[in-house]
Amino acid sequence: MLWIRKLGSITLSTLRDMGRMGLFFGQTLFCMATPPIKFSWIIKQIWFIGYQSMLVIFLTGAFSGMVLGLQGFYTLNRFGSTALLGPMVALSLIKELGPVLSGLMVTGRAGSAMTAEIGIMRISEQIDAMELMGLNPFRYLIVPKLIGAIIALPLLTAIFDVVGIFGGYLVGGKLLGVGEGTYFGEMTNYVRMDDVLEGIFKSLCFGVIISWICSYKGFSAGFGAEGVSKATTQAVVLSSVLILFWDYVMTSLLF
Amino acid sequence: MDRMIKIDDIHKSFNGFLVLKGVSLEVEKGEILALIGGSGNGKSVILKHVVGLIIPDQGHVYIDGKDICHLKGKELEALRSRFGFLFQGGALFSSLTVFDNVAFPLREKIHLSEEEIRKKVLHQLDQVGLSGAEHKFPAELSGGMVKRTAFARALVTQPEIILFDEPTTGLDPVIAHTILDLIKSIHRQLGFTAIIVSHELSRVFKIAHKVAMLHEGKILFSGTPEEILASQNPVVKQFISGSLEGPIKLY
Repeated sequence: MLWIRKLGSITLSTLRDMGRMGLFFGQTLFCMATPPIKFSWIIKQIWFIGYQSMLVIFLTGAFSGMVLGLQGFYTLNRFGSTALLGPMVALSLIKELGPVLSGLMVTGRAGSAMTAEIGIMRISEQIDAMELMGLNPFRYLIVPKLIGAIIALPLLTAIFDVVGIFGGYLVGGKLLGVGEGTYFGEMTNYVRMDDVLEGIFKSLCFGVIISWICSYKGFSAGFGAEGVSKATTQAVVLSSVLILFWDYVMTSLLF
Repeated sequence: MDRMIKIDDIHKSFNGFLVLKGVSLEVEKGEILALIGGSGNGKSVILKHVVGLIIPDQGHVYIDGKDICHLKGKELEALRSRFGFLFQGGALFSSLTVFDNVAFPLREKIHLSEEEIRKKVLHQLDQVGLSGAEHKFPAELSGGMVKRTAFARALVTQPEIILFDEPTTGLDPVIAHTILDLIKSIHRQLGFTAIIVSHELSRVFKIAHKVAMLHEGKILFSGTPEEILASQNPVVKQFISGSLEGPIKLY
């Protein structure tokens, strides 16, 4: 009977946590839709989430594109279709790898920092201090992160895609001999605007997931350094899993 | 005198552990109440009830006759604008300088011009003896400076009520004395209502008009500093003398 009690307790606490996450998101959307909007705080977040993640996005994009170029070339060579290397690299990056890998990298770099920052503010009573000044912490801490991530993620994904396509060209074109005209020319024949929009939409959703989960976990962090470290780990794991899950759902239902 | 704060029979438990078992207190306008009691007895919990950061399981908290336990949104924000709160650890925003920490409520709440804000903040920092430290970050400050910055931030909007959560804990005796003197002198100038949670009994008794002692979740004693010093209650006597012998259980 003990296991039934344990199962019940886990189910209840999971449901409670999901409910709290839903309310947290609802409150964030409400504050986002009603003034005042803190523009200077949003700019800071775009700089933090976007600009400061550029190096890691650049490197990840370059190596992803290069490995795609390499693998793609050898696979397509078996069928005598190396001319399609450009579209293969571009479609893989624009539709899937760009948004997903950018999302995962931003989760690791900026998402974990979001959770730690809000968690430390929570345990050192800085959030309470803000509330006691009659200020809503959602407007200062959560909404700017959500808007910042929604703006930064598609831009980072675009950089990832462009760098990745050039990385693929560097390996497939310069190293393995696919012509420049063939690589980029075939790309314009096969890549449609819908594919680009699909990638943008996905990255936008991932921006929402990262800022929502990471902010919530920081906001509800437990006591002390252990509470913050636990919240940070949970935020990174949950955001990463949700990004992959939501990517599958969107791909199968919408595109 | 008018009654400013009324705590009426509040009960509060955390994870099934009952911390407050029916606390009732009253503070008049312009009065300083010293709230004393053993560590972990729930003194900070009482302060957080007064500003609506914690809602009681049972009982009510009234500010100027208005029950604040069910206030939400704008009403709660308006009520909190009347308060200043000095947290035990200061709760300064770690990413802002001393100047910006003190200026924060003025910029976000009162919307003065930058020149007026500058004047007010520098005056407030001067009042708490922190002139010249305005460009430092909280991590560069000593414990006493953190408390004084937090005090300046609590005072800068000229609130009607200020709650001090252990303003002298962790400070050396001279700095602790300075902080309590500062509270006394600024109270004389501004006449705010205050609740001070402190373990510096002899010093806090000199500035408080009234003392309340919390013991085992209830107010065991309430009266003037002279009355508590003359009390024959064995728990009160042991707590004030700091003796190991007596009815207070240590473990």
